Amino acid sequence: MSLFEPVGVTHYLIVGAVMFVIGAICMATKRNALGILMGIELVLNGANINFVAFGSQYLRTETLGLDGQLVALFVIVLAAAEAAVALAIALNFYNNHATIDVDRADELKG
Amino acid sequence: MLLFTALNWHTLFFLIFALFACFFAFCVLVTSNIVRMAFYLTLALGATAGLFMLAGAHFVGAMQLMIYVGGTLVLLVFGVMLTAQDSFVRMSTRGGDWVLAVAVGVSLLALLVVAAIYLPQGEFHADAQAKIPADVANQTTSLGLALLSTRPDKLVATNETLAAGMSGYLLPFEIVSVHLLVVLIGAAYLARARRHAPPPS
Amino acid sequence: MADWINEQLAIYLSAVMPESAEAPGYVIAALIQAALIIQVPAVGALVFIWMERKVSGRIQDRLGPTRTGGKFGWLQTLADGLKLITKEDLIPGSADAMLFKLAPYLSFAASFAAFLALPFATGWVGQHINVAVFFVAAVLGLEVFGVLLAGWASGSKWSLFGAMREAAQVVSYEVPIGLCIIIPVMVCGTMDLITIGNMQAGLFTNWLIFHDPFTFFTFWIFFTCATASVNRAPFDLAEAESELVAGFHTEYSGLRWSIFFMAEYGSMYIVSALGAILFFGGWNGPIPIFHWIGWAYSGVGETPTLAGWLANLFGCGNLILKSVVGVTVMIWVRWTLPRLRIDQVITTCWKYCVPLSSVMFVGVLLYTATDTWSPNDLFPHRSRASVREGWISQDQARSAGNPEEDEEQAARDEDDLARTSNQPGEEFVLLARSAEERK
Repeated sequence: MSLFEPVGVTHYLIVGAVMFVIGAICMATKRNALGILMGIELVLNGANINFVAFGSQYLRTETLGLDGQLVALFVIVLAAAEAAVALAIALNFYNNHATIDVDRADELKG
Repeated sequence: MLLFTALNWHTLFFLIFALFACFFAFCVLVTSNIVRMAFYLTLALGATAGLFMLAGAHFVGAMQLMIYVGGTLVLLVFGVMLTAQDSFVRMSTRGGDWVLAVAVGVSLLALLVVAAIYLPQGEFHADAQAKIPADVANQTTSLGLALLSTRPDKLVATNETLAAGMSGYLLPFEIVSVHLLVVLIGAAYLARARRHAPPPS
Repeated sequence: MADWINEQLAIYLSAVMPESAEAPGYVIAALIQAALIIQVPAVGALVFIWMERKVSGRIQDRLGPTRTGGKFGWLQTLADGLKLITKEDLIPGSADAMLFKLAPYLSFAASFAAFLALPFATGWVGQHINVAVFFVAAVLGLEVFGVLLAGWASGSKWSLFGAMREAAQVVSYEVPIGLCIIIPVMVCGTMDLITIGNMQAGLFTNWLIFHDPFTFFTFWIFFTCATASVNRAPFDLAEAESELVAGFHTEYSGLRWSIFFMAEYGSMYIVSALGAILFFGGWNGPIPIFHWIGWAYSGVGETPTLAGWLANLFGCGNLILKSVVGVTVMIWVRWTLPRLRIDQVITTCWKYCVPLSSVMFVGVLLYTATDTWSPNDLFPHRSRASVREGWISQDQARSAGNPEEDEEQAARDEDDLARTSNQPGEEFVLLARSAEERK
């Protein structure tokens, strides 16, 4: 990608893909429940980048237009709601087990 | 000097913000200190808001800053500070987990990047960056009207077969409002004050 | 050798010629604007700290600084700044060094970023963002990160308590501030601060604070919540000397502490300026002298003239004066009222400010929806709808490209101006431009 040409949808999609994959690896490797939550935020942001890229008029002529922006809006709102509930659950887990390590959440194991 | 004349500033700033976002997301992945993780995530999402603004979605970018960074992440940082006792600030993962996760992640990344590159490019907007006049689709009023089921950008129906799907977002708007109310009540109930369990001996 | 120099010079000059002047001119213009805007929080902090000491002195029946730099102590803040720079740079042993060093800059960056979208006159703005109101409210809420990280990274319990309280306070007060900000946005129909300012042009009866009784009360609620949002007394428990040593900035000394204070005074200026633009007409004075002599711009995008620049200069001074009055009132209130406890602060937010602002919101909604008479209609300056960007009337759309019809429409608009109120009329229907017009 050269600095003299305009960016296209592909560049945005690659950024979105990188953030999505990093978020997925975060969800898979973090032991702290809040680290997993951060991975979820990264995944949702990667998806949002894709939506906004497809809805942008600067990147290509046929666009999703308002649809891209509105879906991104709804994703942001729903991510906030889900983060609130997930945090409440994580804090409850911490209060009941005195640990935030998800590897210790194995009472139902076996 | 030739560099200076032909440089596309939009592309340069896109590159800066994209590198910021990806670098700090990578830092979130790599660090094991939970507070630093939260800080890096803030910076990554702030850079993402910049990316949104560069793509012309000013309202979504401002909303990302206000709600995502200024709301969700503040909540996350509060949670981190409430649970970050000395032993939980740094927790590292076993090597085996890392190998598996990175293998799956890299293959997913390869798949997504290949799909992105083979996407049909379409036409670039001729004199795109910073020359497009403030169009209907970029303004807050259009977004608000679309949320109330009037689509100001689709008043001139270009394709009759697609006309049926060109409705507004009133139903999702109402559903999300009720959803937020439910989440508010649920989170308040879950987080109510209770006795703490004694730490395991 | 000379040929090579000539060649390089030719390339450089071609960089500044009109066709490609965009490239280097863009960066130079941005740097000049940034340099101008940073004077506001930097020099502003200097002036506000001096003013705080003088005003507090007078309220407490003493004189304040009178020695440094003349009879009024003009240079006191500069002397203070020099003292702070020469202090030892202490970092507590149990502190997270990287976050400790970065936190003040995060706070200042959030405060400074809001200046990006804050206009000083028509067209005099860092970046003309369509969602300026939303953007300013959003970045003001980011200041809490600097506070939280400072509290955590100090490695001390008191700092953490102060930081958590302050974060809870700022985040809670974002709700009533959001509701209060939406009210002028609803009346004007746009989030663009320049458009909102221009809609209040004319005699002072056009100011939005006089639009209806509900907007009048909204301003006072906004001011109260804004004072709480920037952690000024009586809501400054988080940094109170008598309770928590100094809250989140206990462990900060020297230049790092002064950056926190530049951020605080910058935020005070921003919320005052926001209140001035949204409710008090912004850069429009009580009497529209520059409109009467025809010098002032009526909207963005007009060709720049020297007369317009002079009018803008006076408007900018007007706005700065109003903002400074707002900051002075905040300083005045700080040294008059006793401090509230943290539970009282949160109670004020959720039990008083939020219901009050909701009631004001519903009131203004009903007022504008029923098109009730408002003092704004006494001396209408220009039709509110004509200042709004992007929307064109149905007649204009029909007559697009037809010059005689355009003139007739312009004549009809003049008649409309004489008789319509400042409410958006039903004849203004949104219409998308056709694909041909867009190209």
